[in-house]
Amino acid sequence: MIKSLLIGCSLLVATTGFGADQAAVRVEPTNLQSPRHLEKQTEAAVIRDYLQAWQSFDTAFDQNRIELLDRDFVGSAKDKLASTIHGQAKLGIHTRYQDRAHDLQIVFYSPEGLSIQLIDNVEYDVQVLDHDKVQTTQKVKTRYIAVLTPSEVRWRVRIFQSTPE
Amino acid sequence: MELKLKVLLIGLMTAATQVATAQNSNIGLPNTVEAGKAFSIQSSGNGKAVLYIVGPDQVLRRDVELGGTTSIPAGTLYNAGHYVAILVGASSTDSGAFDVVPTNQPAALRFLAKPSRLPVGLHNGISGVVYVFDSYQNLITVPTPVFFELPNASGSVQTHSVTSRDGAAWLTLDSTQKEGATNFVARVGGISSARVIEQVPGEPCGLRMSARQTGQKLELQTDPVRDCSGNAVPDGTIVTFTETYNGSQSTADVPLKRGIAHIEMPAYDGARISVASGVVMGNEIRWGR
Repeated sequence: MIKSLLIGCSLLVATTGFGADQAAVRVEPTNLQSPRHLEKQTEAAVIRDYLQAWQSFDTAFDQNRIELLDRDFVGSAKDKLASTIHGQAKLGIHTRYQDRAHDLQIVFYSPEGLSIQLIDNVEYDVQVLDHDKVQTTQKVKTRYIAVLTPSEVRWRVRIFQSTPE
Repeated sequence: MELKLKVLLIGLMTAATQVATAQNSNIGLPNTVEAGKAFSIQSSGNGKAVLYIVGPDQVLRRDVELGGTTSIPAGTLYNAGHYVAILVGASSTDSGAFDVVPTNQPAALRFLAKPSRLPVGLHNGISGVVYVFDSYQNLITVPTPVFFELPNASGSVQTHSVTSRDGAAWLTLDSTQKEGATNFVARVGGISSARVIEQVPGEPCGLRMSARQTGQKLELQTDPVRDCSGNAVPDGTIVTFTETYNGSQSTADVPLKRGIAHIEMPAYDGARISVASGVVMGNEIRWGR
């Protein structure tokens, strides 16, 4: 049976004045290419942690605070985002990302359970501010590939990469 | 009347020119750029402007002159992702979007192999997962063939080719029949990564003991204990001898030494003696009558 799960938007609460709306989240049926069974609790935890990672990313980029990535990102995903925040701070700009919609599908759960991959067709707004002056606001629709790995108490995003649709 | 018409025509032409200028002021961008490659952005108009290239993975800011080509040199924009380009002039703002895509040259693998230790001959006992990256640590998402190699102690190699999907390739393999450490290798192009897998003997197979009386005692000794593939079961593995006589039972746990378990038990006439290791049962001996 085809199932689709709409996760309550309470997971996403904008922390800035820029678009305080909550993102709409749609979860497509899993299309796993792995022999490992994905438990419902695991699926829910991965999606919850991924959406919370977006929230951390939004806030970290708005406030140019690298440490806000620590809870949700690890490895190269964290390194790249941190480098961008560092670059923003150096240039005197900051960016406000507001995710509007996520269309998620888990596509791979590694046989040993140490990584899980999902595709996110995401819509977000990005506002660019140069020394607090708004330069533009753009609507973006793109496709993200994310790989999450388990840590002590949550799944953390290890690969976070947009690819052409 | 003629003068009014001329003024109107001139006005219309001027307006048309302005519209054309506005349309031409659009920013000229490629749809995609390969990571680390040079590219250029065209703009129209004149005067100074600021070019922002913004994405979660990288950010650039350049002072530019409108009406020309802005070159972004090789090695400047290298993190794959979706970028917004914004050109902010004195009187106008233009924008566009483009993608930076990974290079198609694999430069690094992340190879997860599990477990690091397992019994020989275990069906689908070994799993390997590979994520393929370019030299900028971008996940290469185009399908890429990944070769997995698992040699066994006899020198033959199991080789499997798996094409990656969204950057990941995986497989499961049976462990080999021969005990020992082996290098499980993943290879893409000229890049490889290896993990050591220790294959240990499986459960004892065909456990067998013999008995010999010495005085009031029975000397019980197993044959060399091996798994079903003929690998010697490691010393220290517990072998349990159980003697049942006249309704009472006595049990002795003995570790293997040099592949053999050995113990003395009372030689009761009519006793039944059995041997086991874990869940594997061996033979049974009825002593005397």
